[in-house]
Amino acid sequence: MFEDIFQVVKTRFNGGNREKEQDVVSDTTIPENIIFKCPRCRTTLFEDDYIRNNKVCPSCNYHGRLSARERIKITADKNSFVEFDKDMISKNPIEFPGYEKKQEALRSQTGLSDAVITGECRIRKIRVVIAVMDASYMMASMGSVVGEKITRAIEYATENKLPFIAFTASGGARMQEGMVSLMQMAKTSGAVARHGDAGQLYITVLTDPTTGGVTASFASLGDIIIAEPKVLVGFAGRRVIEGTIKQRLPDDFQLAEFQLEKGFVDMIAERKKMRSVLSHLMILNNYRPEEI
Amino acid sequence: MNDTENTLTPWERLQLIRLKERPTINDYIPHIFDEFYELHGDRCYGDDAAVLCGLAMLEGKPVTVISHVKGRNLNENKKVNFAMPHPEGYRKALRLAKQAEKFGRPVICFIDTPGAFCGIEAEERGQGEAIAKSICEFMELKTPVISVVLGEGGSGGALAFGVCDELAMLSNAIYSVISPRGFASILWKDATREKDACNMMKITAEDMLRLGVAEHIIDEPLGGAHIDLCKTAENIKEYLLNVIAEKSQKSIDVLLNERYTKFRKIGEFEIRQKEELLGNE
Repeated sequence: MFEDIFQVVKTRFNGGNREKEQDVVSDTTIPENIIFKCPRCRTTLFEDDYIRNNKVCPSCNYHGRLSARERIKITADKNSFVEFDKDMISKNPIEFPGYEKKQEALRSQTGLSDAVITGECRIRKIRVVIAVMDASYMMASMGSVVGEKITRAIEYATENKLPFIAFTASGGARMQEGMVSLMQMAKTSGAVARHGDAGQLYITVLTDPTTGGVTASFASLGDIIIAEPKVLVGFAGRRVIEGTIKQRLPDDFQLAEFQLEKGFVDMIAERKKMRSVLSHLMILNNYRPEEI
Repeated sequence: MNDTENTLTPWERLQLIRLKERPTINDYIPHIFDEFYELHGDRCYGDDAAVLCGLAMLEGKPVTVISHVKGRNLNENKKVNFAMPHPEGYRKALRLAKQAEKFGRPVICFIDTPGAFCGIEAEERGQGEAIAKSICEFMELKTPVISVVLGEGGSGGALAFGVCDELAMLSNAIYSVISPRGFASILWKDATREKDACNMMKITAEDMLRLGVAEHIIDEPLGGAHIDLCKTAENIKEYLLNVIAEKSQKSIDVLLNERYTKFRKIGEFEIRQKEELLGNE
């Protein structure tokens, strides 16, 4: 159902990927990677400046994708993040050929154990549990590990009376894990329900791209739903819909602004204001900064 | 279950449930329930013909019925959108599930869909939100919920009616994360490998028992449900009477805890060993 995510993304977001960033970090002097060309407005700037601007294009406000680590770095108070379940890896529930090998390769390539990082941190001194998905790992599809880590994080937040913030990105359910992956939608949504019953605040921050089974479960269940500008948010993939209706969809279809207009997003917030927005929303919901 | 059925491959079962003779919810209702009053609309946008909801009497006990509706021919299928609901279908179902909760009626969900509809209007009206809300609310619905997969259970569009205290599969029914065709086209970029996908995806009733997704298999007559509709309906009814009697005895707290745990424990993962960690450094 979501096969087009990979295609669309290739053309829309051919900048700001992880490999480029690593090259810069490791001081490799390959000329092409020093320059960042914005996939939307075609402006060119130094990759360093782009990264320093949190991967937002200064001329058109294009919000490039962040890795989970980068997101945590610009969201959490310095040195406050404590990671949960960092060594949890998936098995192969339907014995999909080559799944273990692929996972192994991705783990060493990305340094992630799967497509989400969860943990506790402080945002402007307010204690909060966060889950951050990373689209560079199998398009952040949700299988056993993503489902379990998010569920555990929410349960921890419920027990400790903490707010929970999910930074979502996903191509949907992880096909390679079959039915087990579909069931993660129920598992995570159930945990969200209990967190809400306990009177705690759940904020979702929709980042590029949030689709499929993640949209149809915990991503759509926030008390407050925030999206970054112009990110892709939807249920069905673009190509699937185009195949059904036999015509091309408008470019702004399923963007955050479309979801705002249709009433499925509370607000659009720019990356540079995200910490401020999140901390204020938590304060407005009676969470208080704590002095350490 | 008899031996002959057991030997059918997943692909053969998929062919069997796609037969136009395969009974649909409209065939089963008169055989299972004594009275049935259909209730329409989500009170928000409209009425979705792909989802059938209503009040029914099951051996003298009132229940709420929620079901995907398949057609038996092209005309019927056009009317019910090939059992692919729009958001208002899920919202209608949820409205009536909440009503069932209010009056303490058990909810019986019948699953029979290739998936939720993928289209512009479905997106505009929040297909993702409608399914998410359904899953979340059913998880905490304070009345027994039983789901039965009649034929095809596909993707989130099926799961929206599958958050329950117990899930049963008709013996030839399948339940999958995506249609076999979709699976082949996404993972192998080749939709013609539908058969390979079907046989490897682990989507049969037995697979569902093993994965902890289903608790029970309802026998179909030899050759499939359509060979003897009465017998199939009788088997479904017998199962429903037993399971509702059992679940109705439990307190709501126990029921909801068991429901949460049923889904909470599904997932296959392990903790990475030190050797691999060292290898990566």
